[in-house]
Amino acid sequence: MLTAGFGNPVLSAQSTFRAILDAMARPGSVQPIGEAVEAPGPMSAGAAALALTLCDHDAPVWLDDGLRQHEAVSEWLRFHCGCPIASSKAEAAFAFISDPDALPSFDEFNLGTVDYPDRSTTVVMQVASFDVGPTLALAGPGIKARTAFRASPLPADMPERLAVNRRLFPRGVDLILVTANTVAALPRSIRLMERMECT
Amino acid sequence: MTAPAYNFAYLDEQTKRMIRRAILKAVAIPGYQVPFASREMPMPYGWGTGGVQVTAAVLGPDDILKVIDQGADDTTNAVSIRKFFIKTAGVRTTTETCEATVIQTRHRVPETPLSEKQILVFQVPIPEPLRFLEPRETETRRMHALADYGLMHVKLYEDIAHYGHIATAYAYPVKVDGRYVMDPSPTPKFDNPKMDGCAALQLFGAGREKRIYAVPPHTSVVSLDFDDHPFEPYRLDGACVLCGADDSYLDEVITDDRGARMFVCSDTDFCAGRRSAASSAEGLDAERRRD
Repeated sequence: MLTAGFGNPVLSAQSTFRAILDAMARPGSVQPIGEAVEAPGPMSAGAAALALTLCDHDAPVWLDDGLRQHEAVSEWLRFHCGCPIASSKAEAAFAFISDPDALPSFDEFNLGTVDYPDRSTTVVMQVASFDVGPTLALAGPGIKARTAFRASPLPADMPERLAVNRRLFPRGVDLILVTANTVAALPRSIRLMERMECT
Repeated sequence: MTAPAYNFAYLDEQTKRMIRRAILKAVAIPGYQVPFASREMPMPYGWGTGGVQVTAAVLGPDDILKVIDQGADDTTNAVSIRKFFIKTAGVRTTTETCEATVIQTRHRVPETPLSEKQILVFQVPIPEPLRFLEPRETETRRMHALADYGLMHVKLYEDIAHYGHIATAYAYPVKVDGRYVMDPSPTPKFDNPKMDGCAALQLFGAGREKRIYAVPPHTSVVSLDFDDHPFEPYRLDGACVLCGADDSYLDEVITDDRGARMFVCSDTDFCAGRRSAASSAEGLDAERRRD
């Protein structure tokens, strides 16, 4: 049984986009997603709202095992977004991850080229909370001095992965984390600091 | 056929998604020009079709829009774009910098410092800072890929060799977050320091050239220069005849054919704000004198 998409496709997509844009422009900040979407299977409402906002026939989507196992997810995405479901990570414009512990290595995704770094994959990862988990100290564009960021669950080697991703700059993946009703982003431009310092 | 034939904010949803994806990549790679499938807009190239598409993709019904052309709210380009969004999106508009949530601008950054809550959208004619030095797109793309910006420094050096100083007065090249050299759109170089560490998100749209780029908030924007010829913002030596400001960017107005001229603030809202503050202070003084 196919669940509905946005009640108001135009305005809901706009408000969800502004939340994602605020998150991307201010890495580590947590932005509310005001739109409740009845998401299919194990997909979270936040991830579903993001898919409705950004995915269409020009943006192939890759799904991790947890999402691919549920036929309802690809059916829902195909019906509402019309997006192709990519068979390989390297073709994906967006990759949806339902199980952060099984997050594939970033270099399996499209990292873009030095000529066209914008062609890289945007990884959308479902997390449970932005209030618990180890603290990451972030700096870089969009951040005044430093900011502390927490999310759970995250892969244990997340700091190393983010550091490698930064070293590839301007290539690299952009990471968007979503709960049911909030979104935060870790774009490739962020720098990971050793610890939070008062500045 | 009287029913409104347009989607909210004119563009169809697929176009908005395409532009929104480009904007997100632009924000993630500060200063890099993201190619996008620019649409034909109901206004000619050169009238801000790039800025209008970016504004249309971010604008929501709760936004308050301000549009300026060379700092002024009341010139043709600003008025027509403001009317375009009133008609197609029904948004509230304003001329006050502080009140606006989205500001579309042609060639100026407002004098009033911007806040975290604001988005500044620039209309860009030629997004590629290296274009006049190297006409081939394949070559400029490679130069950006390798961060090979020697040519730009040669250009600035030639300015010094010819004129004794860097004569570039507008579209003065900047380096964003220490990586990409970016054209700040043809803003006067007076405005370059305002882009550095700006609290607002800055988005740049070039419609004809089909590029979108961005500077996230609190990001370093450094004007290129030399140790012995440091960057200097330029302004005309004078004060605004209307509000008396001696720190704002000035327009020169020719008043007759015998060389008489006057200076006025380019930013009309800044100037009007200063005048109304001055007149209310004067009113207060007059009241005090009466008492």
